[in-house]
Amino acid sequence: MSQLLFFTLSAMTILSALVVVFTRKPMYSVLSLIVCFFTIAGHYILLNAQFLAITHIIVYAGAIMVLFLFTVMLLNLNADSDVPKSGKLRIAATITAGMLFVTLLASIKSTTLGDFAFPPASDKGLVQHVGQRLFTDYLLPFEISSILFLSAMIGAVVLAKKEKH
Amino acid sequence: MEQAAHLVPLNWYLFLSTFLFCIGVMGVLFRRNAIIILMCIELMLNSVNLLLVAFSAYSGNSDGQVFVFFIMVVAAAEVAVGLALLISIYRNIGSTDIDVLNKLKW
Repeated sequence: MSQLLFFTLSAMTILSALVVVFTRKPMYSVLSLIVCFFTIAGHYILLNAQFLAITHIIVYAGAIMVLFLFTVMLLNLNADSDVPKSGKLRIAATITAGMLFVTLLASIKSTTLGDFAFPPASDKGLVQHVGQRLFTDYLLPFEISSILFLSAMIGAVVLAKKEKH
Repeated sequence: MEQAAHLVPLNWYLFLSTFLFCIGVMGVLFRRNAIIILMCIELMLNSVNLLLVAFSAYSGNSDGQVFVFFIMVVAAAEVAVGLALLISIYRNIGSTDIDVLNKLKW
């Protein structure tokens, strides 16, 4: 059952990721990236990482993709404004990515994974467990990330503001 | 252990996230629109997140999930600043084509 779910989710993830790269219309790219993020959230649920699944949907589908959508609409991008790269560069890009994939596959093949529990531990991804780790061992980075957010917010406002001449 | 046959081995997650990462790399090299490139970077970040969660779940240690949480934090900040930069670039040169932005190239 979970293998079937894994295959379905993986096929959807890979297909939507390919659509992101290969479609000409930026709007379709954004929409299929949203699908891709939802399927990755499905993978998290399959791995019983419920806290991360919810956070992933809130952060990515709720915040980041809305930002992307607004930007694409704001800049009025469409297929006409998108000039594809020249044929040579596209072939080079495909070969480069393919060779990276082969290299990574070879390194995976030659690695022996340590002894992992085969039925994965089920309680580690629950809100209670991750929350406890976050507020005890990782309290300082958690608080510092709020400063990062504050500076990113101010930076975004300053950068996107219209300059007065 | 009868159920174990229906579970997903860790290797499959390795292959899936490797493939996703390579799609992201390919998108960065393949496209000229800066917004699509930013989206492909998000794709790469997500493939690494997926692998971290898989390793964390299979090793029964929740540290990896906390790292994924922090990666999400950084990704959100990065997207906010990156899109603000793109809007400012669009205002100045009227396009998001990275081949137009070649003043610092050579």
